[in-house]
Amino acid sequence: MNWDWEIFFQDPGGQHTTYLEWLMSAWGWTLSVSLLALLLALLMGFMIGTLRTLPKHPGWVLFGTGWTELFRNIPLLLQIFLWYHVIPALVPPLKELSGFVLVVLALGFFTSARISEQVYSGIRALPKGQFYAAQALGMTTWQSYRYVILPRAGRIILPPLVNEMMSIVKNSSVAFAVSVSELTLFALQVQEETARGVEVYLAVTGLYVVSALAINLLMGQIERRVQIPGLVLPGATGGGH
Amino acid sequence: MLDLDFSFYNWAMISDFVLKGFYFSLVLTLIATLGGIVLGTLLALMRLSEKPFLVWPALVYVNGMRSIPLVMVILWFFLLVPLIIGQPIGAEISAVVTFIAFEAAYFSEIIRAGIQSIPRGQVMAGEALGMTYAQNMRLVVLPQAFRNMLPVMLTQTIILFQDTSLVYAIGAYDMLKGFETAGKLFGRPVEAYLLAAVVYFVICYSLSRLVRRLHQKIAIIR
Amino acid sequence: MIELKQVSKWYGAVQVLNDCSAQIHKGEVVVVCGPSGSGKSTLIKTINALEPIQQGEIWVDSIPLHDPKTNLPKLRSRVGMVFQHFELFPHLSVTENLTLAQVKVLGRSLDEAKKHGLEYLERVGLIAHKDKFPGQLSGGQQQRVAIARALSMDPIVMLFDEPTSALDPEMVGEVLDVMVSLAKEGMTMVVVTHEMGFARKVSNRVIFMDVGGRILEDCSRDEFFGNPDARQPRTREFLDKILHH
Repeated sequence: MNWDWEIFFQDPGGQHTTYLEWLMSAWGWTLSVSLLALLLALLMGFMIGTLRTLPKHPGWVLFGTGWTELFRNIPLLLQIFLWYHVIPALVPPLKELSGFVLVVLALGFFTSARISEQVYSGIRALPKGQFYAAQALGMTTWQSYRYVILPRAGRIILPPLVNEMMSIVKNSSVAFAVSVSELTLFALQVQEETARGVEVYLAVTGLYVVSALAINLLMGQIERRVQIPGLVLPGATGGGH
Repeated sequence: MLDLDFSFYNWAMISDFVLKGFYFSLVLTLIATLGGIVLGTLLALMRLSEKPFLVWPALVYVNGMRSIPLVMVILWFFLLVPLIIGQPIGAEISAVVTFIAFEAAYFSEIIRAGIQSIPRGQVMAGEALGMTYAQNMRLVVLPQAFRNMLPVMLTQTIILFQDTSLVYAIGAYDMLKGFETAGKLFGRPVEAYLLAAVVYFVICYSLSRLVRRLHQKIAIIR
Repeated sequence: MIELKQVSKWYGAVQVLNDCSAQIHKGEVVVVCGPSGSGKSTLIKTINALEPIQQGEIWVDSIPLHDPKTNLPKLRSRVGMVFQHFELFPHLSVTENLTLAQVKVLGRSLDEAKKHGLEYLERVGLIAHKDKFPGQLSGGQQQRVAIARALSMDPIVMLFDEPTSALDPEMVGEVLDVMVSLAKEGMTMVVVTHEMGFARKVSNRVIFMDVGGRILEDCSRDEFFGNPDARQPRTREFLDKILHH
């Protein structure tokens, strides 16, 4: 087959001077959506996952479990449609929010359920004696979590968290469905405009792979940095997409 | 503000729009699970074979698939398959091929972990009894491994069922599309999406409860 | 100083403590022993409310533990506890293990906490290891650090929950040595242990518990070891088993 990489230097007409520039801007959108959604997901995920382990607060446990089940059992694409079409119709002030923000919320909440599940099982995997020891030293529940339980659970779940981070970049591709101009939408639009699908898809796929690799390398560094001397952690496995 | 009208939601709407999509989502899930497990077992065995010419292709395939968004894989197949076979194909056929190929990568990782969870001693015991590699795998290792990984596989299947909605990218008609079409036609998109969410939730939540029960049962037997 | 009045506890339908009453006075060293499943570990954990009780009263330094209004963290900060599996915090260095609760719970300054903690680390003979992490220490060393951690809170009483039973035999001695010297200094101690040598050497009283969570014996050390004929059959059986193997 004939390659034609020249198309990336052509002018698409419109706000971008070349397809290459458009591609880079799309990559930027993919990374921004992913990063913001990740921050939201980590925050909510750790909070919800922790709530689910509080033994004396059945109300919080129920809330956390409900949250997790809700956001885990509806397809991401449908969740994005719900944020885009349904929630603004029910709560009019949200009509002001851009598609970008709504996608960040959708992807962030969706991922928070998965992270909450990791946090929950990470905390449950700790020996009960660690709770006892923290309490026996006079720590409040909050202090026990802050200084003992969460720092340890965080390290246990780091490998599955890396999986989630890579997933979030991949999952951000679903944003194309509500016209956020990220990589997948770029692929769809430019494929149609130029009919050079293979080149366009290769470039986009390449950028997804590069993003995933970058996260993997970065997290590998962090993992080594926070490793506890003398402690061997049992391996954790992650599934899902 | 709250002005919902579910009156369009009746049996005619279900049978005209939703059932066809549900049927496709279901068939796609089942075929992709079965195909994914067969192909995934093959990939897992290749990766565990310790022969470089088998390990490397499997490694590249599995990790490649796992680092690309499913939507992109769907688009790739939809673009490439017609180029290769020289004639256009339907979105539905393309989706089936894509999902088998994609899920194979994920199932192969589950299966590999399952096989590796079987103690070395079991493999040696089989070998000591004079079994060939194939016999050992078929009679000793895989039966144990499959039981261990059944819950994870079923969870993957639930995720797969949710992911079938992504055939939206190539315009195939799945359950979500069914709801969406009905919503547009009746001018009630908000209600249609809400209903879709409820239906997906009920299906996926019930299935995941079942998986959890199964998991506990297996844990006890073990 | 510690008073248990008719304490009972259930896990679901299973009764693990049955009408337990006992008093521990200031400066006393009390050894709690008994077969496994007798609830002795549970009993000691109730003394700082790590395990809730369903019936009875527990008073520590005139504070009612069974009262839901009691500030438990505050009370626990005054009761030191040493666990069977050490329960040092593996993600913190030895020094950080010693200072964390002093700073966060007692509100001491980091410098003060460090100075105080390291004094106790010195006492248990491990000052050379102050910058290591728990995972880099042997079991016996970890348990000595755990004792130093509890002591650096300046507790009014020390609870030991089978402090040597998770240790390799060659490490039991170093931990017992620390405990003996602590007892000789007059620390109030409640010790769940099978180490009858320790009980003989330093304890004032021995409490024997039997399956079902019932206190069968509560008498002075001399009476417990010196007058076997006055003991219950279950106690004699138990002593026979652990003294002659």
